[in-house]
Amino acid sequence: MEFLPQIAFLIIVATASFFLYKRITRIRMNIFLGKPSGRTDRTSERWKTMLLVAFGQQKMFKRIIPAFLHFLIYAGFLVINLEVLEFVIDGLAGTHRIFAPYLGDFYTVLINVFEFLAVAVLFSCFAFLIRRNVMKIKRFSGEEMRKWPTLDANLILVIEIILMFAILTMNATDMLIQGQDDHYAQTGTFFFSSFLIPLFEGMSVSTLIFVERFAWWFHIVGILGFAIYVTYSKHLHIAMAFPNTWYSNLEEKGKIENMPVVTNEVKMMLGMPAEGSNEPPAEIARFGAKDVNDLSWVNIMNAYSCTECGRCTSQCPANMTGKKLSPRKIMMATRDRAEEVGASLAKGGKGLEDGKSLLGDYITKEEINACTSCNACVEACPINIDPLSIILEMRRYVSMEESAAPASWNGMFQNIETSFSPWKFAPTDRFNWAEDLNKESK
Amino acid sequence: MSDQQLSVPTMAQMTAKGESPEVLFWVGCAGSFDDRYKKVTLAFIKILNKVGISYAVLGEEETCTGDPARRAGNEFLFQMQAIANIQVLDGYNVKKIVTACPHCFNTLKNEYPELGGNYEVIHHSTFLQQLINEGKVGLKGGGEFKGKKITYHDSCYLGRANNIYDAPREVLEALDAELVEMKRCRTKGLCCGAGGAQMFKDAEPGDKEVNIERTEEALDTGANIIAAGCPFCMTMMRDGVKSKEKEDTVAVMDLAELIAKNEGL
Repeated sequence: MEFLPQIAFLIIVATASFFLYKRITRIRMNIFLGKPSGRTDRTSERWKTMLLVAFGQQKMFKRIIPAFLHFLIYAGFLVINLEVLEFVIDGLAGTHRIFAPYLGDFYTVLINVFEFLAVAVLFSCFAFLIRRNVMKIKRFSGEEMRKWPTLDANLILVIEIILMFAILTMNATDMLIQGQDDHYAQTGTFFFSSFLIPLFEGMSVSTLIFVERFAWWFHIVGILGFAIYVTYSKHLHIAMAFPNTWYSNLEEKGKIENMPVVTNEVKMMLGMPAEGSNEPPAEIARFGAKDVNDLSWVNIMNAYSCTECGRCTSQCPANMTGKKLSPRKIMMATRDRAEEVGASLAKGGKGLEDGKSLLGDYITKEEINACTSCNACVEACPINIDPLSIILEMRRYVSMEESAAPASWNGMFQNIETSFSPWKFAPTDRFNWAEDLNKESK
Repeated sequence: MSDQQLSVPTMAQMTAKGESPEVLFWVGCAGSFDDRYKKVTLAFIKILNKVGISYAVLGEEETCTGDPARRAGNEFLFQMQAIANIQVLDGYNVKKIVTACPHCFNTLKNEYPELGGNYEVIHHSTFLQQLINEGKVGLKGGGEFKGKKITYHDSCYLGRANNIYDAPREVLEALDAELVEMKRCRTKGLCCGAGGAQMFKDAEPGDKEVNIERTEEALDTGANIIAAGCPFCMTMMRDGVKSKEKEDTVAVMDLAELIAKNEGL
């Protein structure tokens, strides 16, 4: 029965991988409910953006304190996961700290660095818990943050704290066992976990081995569980931030994406040669967006990348003056709707045809009408999410499919059509200002 | 300047004479019809005349760029306007456009190319900055605004939308004024509340109007002049100042007006 732990480990890793694979496939499918996007141009600029914004955390550093704390967790995550490699090899091979004999003193240095990062992660997670729950930073609250989003945020921090404690406990008990059990390699002293040694001194070797093994299993199973949990959580940004920044909008923020379908129709109306005008008209898709499938897949990926940090909402002029619009909520609603449709489709259900839609059931016209298109939300997002483009697509739907834009906007449209100005002035009066020139200058 | 008659050349007149101006001044609807913003148009015309640049306007041939229609979701109307405007602009073989409206600027510069309209488009803040750098206006030293406290309200459509933050500030520095920044400025600048076609409808219900929030920030700087570079910002800030009953002590002025006044135009 000596292979039992290895078999158990293999089964656990395989099960976790299976669930992870299924979940990733589902998210991928949900994202591709959206329409194609042409964002594969300018690849060198895209790599650069990803390196700077996601890998380099460039936009986080607009707020220095959270940026620093976040950086510690981020660096800890990247580096400590190297240790997971050893965990996996040990778990499958039945070895213990397989790298220790090969790396010698360097192993001691390496694990000490990991421990330093683990402590840094602990420090940041505690600081973040205090910021969220004691200091009550405004952007962590809001209509859309009730219940699950707030619980999710706290759960992530607590899980990370427990996982870090598991590493330190494992190292502390390991140091005590070394020399008493041949299986345990000599590793030298680990600085930070040494502080935990007094907790375990005096325990029998068998108890220490139990604690050490428990911490080892707890950490690796915890990581696997966390990996699955993350796919259901706002914490998915740890993976999605990278593709999300790669596919981000590289045009000037003020530019609204063109609708080529409309261009063709307008050109035909104006009697101009239009591209493809000789071909029979393809089935015209909906103008603008009513539901998630009308958005581009980048919009939906944006939603899956959102960490709900609320920087967008805290900068939104409509939100700060008490209006219903919250860009964060736009992103959360988009993700919720994609999840709902995906779950229904996976069960062979009605999917998009369930009588509900993103606009109306998740996002109201009042919200989208309140947007000033000022791009503050786009600027504020640390990973280049673009809530504005979703809002504008919905306005297009309301305006062109429903003809249900606010009455004063319809008035403005009419003025532009008849007087060529958003205000109702006679077009022949447009140049009257020039007459004032010499009146004034005298 | 005042004893001499100024005239504003139109593209049609210029073309009839077989001339083509270096730059087209795109006046915009606000610059053409809004009583307050017409003064900005006039100030800018005076500057253009003073520096002797070859320019023209479209006059009655100019129409809305379509910006508010597109932002309110009416893509059809936007493209109708855009394509018609492009036909006019291309008909006159326009190469370079200057405009005092950031919304016109953004649309002409960023959105017309995809519909076939390719021009060099500059906002008047950049244009004025270039004139200052060339020594054609400003830097008289001890002008009307010397030492006065001026705050600059970033227009979203210049700033975040097109990354123009320095040009307007350099224009103000040329006045030898004391430039004081608001709490929220540059990339974090707060919208006046009128962009995204909000200018043309009432705001949604809330606790406060955006322009009031922004005006409070501007007044907090203690500046006597709020400088703007956008007709919508100008209207919103003026309304804000009025609602705070500060219109006697705090002026809202466009960059072109400040330069024109400094030049004694």
